[in-house]
Amino acid sequence: MSAATPALAFEDIALRLGGRDLLRGVSLALAPGEIVALVGRNGAGKTTLFRVASRILRPERGEVRIAGRPIGSLSRRELARELAVVPQDVGIPFPFRAGEIVLMGRAPHQGGLGFESADDLARARAAMEAVGVAELASRDVTALSGGERQLVLVARALAQDPRVLLLDEPTAHLDLRHRTVVVERVRRFVEEGRSALVVSHDLNLAARSCDRIALLAEGRLLACGKPAEVLDAAALRATFGIEADVLAGPDGAPLVVPRRASPLNAPSPTG
Amino acid sequence: MRTLTPARLAAWLAVFAAGLCAVLLVGVAAGPSGLALRDVLDVLREERAATAAHDIVFGVRLPRVALGALVGAALATAGALFQALLRNPLADPFVLGVSGGAAVGGIAALSFGAALGLGYGAVPPAAFAGAVLTTVALQAVAGVAGRVSPTHLLLTGVVFNAFASAAIVFLASMAGLQEGARIFVWLIGSLSSARPELIASVALFLVAGLVCALPAARQLNLLALGEESAQQLGVDVTRLQRLLLLATSLMVGAAVSVAGLVGFVGLIIPHLLRLLLGPDHRLLLPTAALGGAAFLVLCDTAARTLFGGRELPVGAITALAGGPLFLWLLRRQQQRAFAP
Repeated sequence: MSAATPALAFEDIALRLGGRDLLRGVSLALAPGEIVALVGRNGAGKTTLFRVASRILRPERGEVRIAGRPIGSLSRRELARELAVVPQDVGIPFPFRAGEIVLMGRAPHQGGLGFESADDLARARAAMEAVGVAELASRDVTALSGGERQLVLVARALAQDPRVLLLDEPTAHLDLRHRTVVVERVRRFVEEGRSALVVSHDLNLAARSCDRIALLAEGRLLACGKPAEVLDAAALRATFGIEADVLAGPDGAPLVVPRRASPLNAPSPTG
Repeated sequence: MRTLTPARLAAWLAVFAAGLCAVLLVGVAAGPSGLALRDVLDVLREERAATAAHDIVFGVRLPRVALGALVGAALATAGALFQALLRNPLADPFVLGVSGGAAVGGIAALSFGAALGLGYGAVPPAAFAGAVLTTVALQAVAGVAGRVSPTHLLLTGVVFNAFASAAIVFLASMAGLQEGARIFVWLIGSLSSARPELIASVALFLVAGLVCALPAARQLNLLALGEESAQQLGVDVTRLQRLLLLATSLMVGAAVSVAGLVGFVGLIIPHLLRLLLGPDHRLLLPTAALGGAAFLVLCDTAARTLFGGRELPVGAITALAGGPLFLWLLRRQQQRAFAP
């Protein structure tokens, strides 16, 4: 793969579902080593874009490529070795231990009878240590708190050892320390030449920790660029329907202070 | 970090297999004319051919115990598979009406098969077809946009069961199947009039079902995370669901065609095994087959011996044990759903 080949590229993705245009021509490319934040209102199409990237939904138009290869040309297992998704909290109906959940991330790498190798165990343990949940390994995952379970799911995705990591609000249930731990761990992950796309509603966290921010509204990409370039009052009004002040933060990253919701003639949410 | 190793799997399978063998021996020995375990072992070693003990063992007890074991294995494994497929520990082929659908298929073959020149051999395939149709209908009715709500699922099962009972009675009386006892057997579940000539086809159905299901055990673990997450971990979920539909229908069809509606085995055994061994399907599925076999043989032995000369249908025993367990599980699931 040449340096110019994006790790993940959405090329003009359009998707219509249930009579609604969920995505209307989204193009976005993640370079190796880059963290991009995907922000927008509820229903803007963020999770849908994740579903397209992981081939849960097939777009009507456009193509998703990973390291230059169309995802349609990969088997499910091959795709799972290239791309991992940290979902929002999932209900787990059976009392698996947290360690077993993390080991499930090794599934796309295992063959034959599906017993875990020493390497699988080592990688799962390292992933749990990396996000500070090693001591939860033998706990029943259904008895964990929402935040603990979220960290376990992050560890599972890291154990999957993908080229691209998609995180859907990974810090929503986390305390400040664990938020920081996850952010730092994702940064270390991309430093190995990989990429991450993160959905977040915490604009200030996104502005400080991500290389670029992509603003999504009504299935369209309004802007994508460095936080200081894209986060301004007009963009926030168009993306979120809010009036906000954008200050210069201490480390140069913009600091967004929402004031009030915009009047109703501002762009409406898609649902 | 603890995980399933081949050694741990083999050790548990050995324990369960040994337990099953012991239960089978007890099942063969126990009965109106009690045999000592030593007599049974002698007969099995073919040292006492042409004795009364030999006739009892080979003519009566062994076929019944074998059928009980096959039915128990099929029902318990099918229960574990349904629970994984529907991501709900309350799912069970009996509770959801799939056994009822299989029974309708079986009784239809029995009622009208004679006119077509079909013998008893048509019952297992017909029961299989009934199970497939019911499972497909269940998913279509209870599922909305790929998601199956537990409440809808259970209510749909209630209706399917009522419908199946009515259809069984209706079909039987239309066909002039006047032996009330036989209809009763289909409705309550019993091994008392099981046909030994069906042992081979029931065993074949069970083995075919296990061959489909056991290699998918690890994928079933991933399914616990949800369909999307399983796909994102490399599982072809549609293919897996079809495979499980085939496997569960084969097993339920096999069980129902010889024993009628024996309930709750698929609920009790997987639940106990999850408490004992954890939810890993690589261990759960094979131990459910062995444990279910032992459980049903024990229940049937109790049904044959505990009540003096009277013989209870085994389905009554499993329902007496399984009904309260089901309610307890339901209550616990509700508490979890409303927990903060």
